[in-house]
Amino acid sequence: MIVELGHFALILALAVSIVQTFVPAIGAHRRDAQLMRVGEPAAILQLALIAFSFGALTWAFVVSDFSVKLVYDYSHSLKPMIFKISGVWGNHEGSMLLWVLILALFGAMVALFGKNLPDTLRARVLAVQASIAVAFLLFVVFTSNPFARLDPAPFEGTGLNPLLQDRALAFHPPWLYAGYVGFSMTFSFAVAALIEGRVDASWARWVRPWTLMAWLSLTIGIAMGSWWAYYTLGWGGFWFWDPVENASLMPWIAGTALLHSAIVAEKRGALKSWTILLAILAFSLSLLGTFLVRSGVLTSVHAFAVDPARGSVILGILIFFVGGSLALYAWRAPMLKTGGIFAPVSREGALLVNNLLLAAATASVFIGTLYPLFLDALTGAKITVGPPFFNYTFAPIFVLLFLLVPLGPFLGWKRADIAAAAERLYVAAGLAFLALLTSFAFFYGGPFLAPFGMALAVWLVAGALSEIAWRIKLFSMPLDESMARARRLPRAAWGTALAHGGLGICLAGVIGVTAWSEELITSVAPGESAEIGGYTLTLEGVALRDGPNFDAMVGVVRVARDGRDLGVLTPEKRRFAAERQEKTEPAIRTNGISDLYVVLGEQAGDGKWVLRAYHNNLAPLIWIGGCIMALGGVFSLMDRRLRVGAPTGARVRLAPQPAE
Amino acid sequence: MTRKQRRATFIAVSLGILGLAVGLMLFAMRDNIVFFYSPSDVVERGVEPGQRIRLGGLVEQGSLEDLGDATLRFNVTDFVETVTVTYRGVLPDLFREGQGVVTEGAFGEDGNFTATNVLAKHDEFYMPPEVADALKRSGQWQGEGAAAPHAETYGQGAYP
Repeated sequence: MIVELGHFALILALAVSIVQTFVPAIGAHRRDAQLMRVGEPAAILQLALIAFSFGALTWAFVVSDFSVKLVYDYSHSLKPMIFKISGVWGNHEGSMLLWVLILALFGAMVALFGKNLPDTLRARVLAVQASIAVAFLLFVVFTSNPFARLDPAPFEGTGLNPLLQDRALAFHPPWLYAGYVGFSMTFSFAVAALIEGRVDASWARWVRPWTLMAWLSLTIGIAMGSWWAYYTLGWGGFWFWDPVENASLMPWIAGTALLHSAIVAEKRGALKSWTILLAILAFSLSLLGTFLVRSGVLTSVHAFAVDPARGSVILGILIFFVGGSLALYAWRAPMLKTGGIFAPVSREGALLVNNLLLAAATASVFIGTLYPLFLDALTGAKITVGPPFFNYTFAPIFVLLFLLVPLGPFLGWKRADIAAAAERLYVAAGLAFLALLTSFAFFYGGPFLAPFGMALAVWLVAGALSEIAWRIKLFSMPLDESMARARRLPRAAWGTALAHGGLGICLAGVIGVTAWSEELITSVAPGESAEIGGYTLTLEGVALRDGPNFDAMVGVVRVARDGRDLGVLTPEKRRFAAERQEKTEPAIRTNGISDLYVVLGEQAGDGKWVLRAYHNNLAPLIWIGGCIMALGGVFSLMDRRLRVGAPTGARVRLAPQPAE
Repeated sequence: MTRKQRRATFIAVSLGILGLAVGLMLFAMRDNIVFFYSPSDVVERGVEPGQRIRLGGLVEQGSLEDLGDATLRFNVTDFVETVTVTYRGVLPDLFREGQGVVTEGAFGEDGNFTATNVLAKHDEFYMPPEVADALKRSGQWQGEGAAAPHAETYGQGAYP
């Protein structure tokens, strides 16, 4: 019964979102406050209905109601509770329901916290947001009904793909979706602004918190996904330049560009039209990502069985929103008042270069990801664009960007003195040079470019620290005075430093794993040993273990270093009876700086076991850096000036702008 | 700086970055594209030794052999032609005889194909589109659900 109510609530939500698309939009057009006011209750009602529907589906998974086809297909009564719940979005129908839930959540947040927005803008934002909801709710209700029943009801479910029965992956999709769908909010703001024909500093300020929220969720989502791939797929890699990964990276880069260009639009009233375009592009790339993942048009290590028919519906949605918004942009953008041309050497100039480089990086990922598709469509040739392509295109562009990142925050608005800015970075440059020498000495004979990458990483981190030190006048003032300044420093300044520093830490991890990791593939009989990265691995034996819904072959591998015993690692090969699948479970020993990573392979004919091990230097820094970047986003979001629903337009104009 | 000079600077910087990006992409396109071959393509068109390709098809039933020292050998077939592949390492969990596989590697001077990478799939129902296409071309396509334990749910296993 609850399941049918959930289905019914979903259809009601569709009706509500249709009302929410048209009524506030017509109200805004006619300046009819009565009609415009329909938007807010509709957005909240829509959220409540979809949340109820989602709750109903979750309930069916929790109680293992196998009469629901989705539960039968993706759950099993023996599965641990956490994976019963994550099974809700561990499939096509449920994940689309999660998608519309997050969409409605963002819409309702505008309705609740957007009291200070001008009435027409708010009405139009809610209308555009609802139009996206209409498209996706139609998609869910008519092609991907999650509530379909089975008659007769089976006694037991068929289980969830074991690769998805994982704690990090359980929460990877919600974060990733919060990021993808979060950009729908900036999209709605951009389209609403185009309809209004007006973009001003306050518009840029209103759109920034949503961009930040989407960006930081996407950062966490991508980091979680890459961490999961690292510790679960057993190849020791963290990024594969796979189409599905690229699909999440593209909106992230575009969103990063948008974050920066929105600052210029807010502070200097320039780059407005570009900011609107970026907002449209970021969401378009999110939709493209959804399409690529759902349609399975590209060979991907992450691909799952998919249904091309559904892919084409999403392609239709994609074309409608991207084409429609770009057409609107082409028509209305020339009417926007443009800001003047600013001096090349200035904060805004630096942010523009940042945007150009990020746009170029997005383009390189876009072409590398989609070129095989175009070539196939045009000539029928099947090709793959692998990691080397991205190493030659994406990496050099990012190197340029990394070189400039620490410089930007030192440049003043309007016109800046580049020599003075460079002078403040002497210490950072010195440290980077030191890092170059040290890593050359330490990893003598390793890849030639890696020490330069390391220097770049140190340059980013030290640059971020220098910025804070400069702002609080560290060492040029008494310490307690500096501390007082640190407390008064706007949160956004901390956010910038954290995000830029986190980027450097992440880069260090990437360099370490790519250039300085060691790999060992060997086969050993119980009692035999192998050496990697100074560690001695001894296979003591292989035992059987029963898990909740699997049984596992457990390799007991004793780890020692310089004759000192460091305990045992237990890589597993799990066999899931219900799903009839196997899954390798690597064992990782980390000290926060480097990982020892051991995978148990098959038993060979001679009774020996295949053992694969990696010594990954600096690997943990990749995800630590990612978390620090996301934390930077949180700090920026907490800045008083940006608080969602904070200062009204009038109060902002009166408040003195902090000197920067 | 006059307005004109500023504008010229911006155009120069933008064009510079655009040129850089295009140049890098063209350079990278030149030798970092990996073509997909089915076993029939290999026989028909031939592949230079040392050229990296992706070879895809079905793993021939009963062909998986353990050569010791973590090295494995199996045949990739499209039922018309067959290529023997040698691979050193741990096979992905969803590697099965009789199911689709994509391997990446190169032919040596001796004509043997050595794979450096055997692509892991997340899902047992998944058939790489190139493999499906290659089987269709060789007339051996029988639909994907055949080997799957619950074929009736095929096509619903999508996941982000």
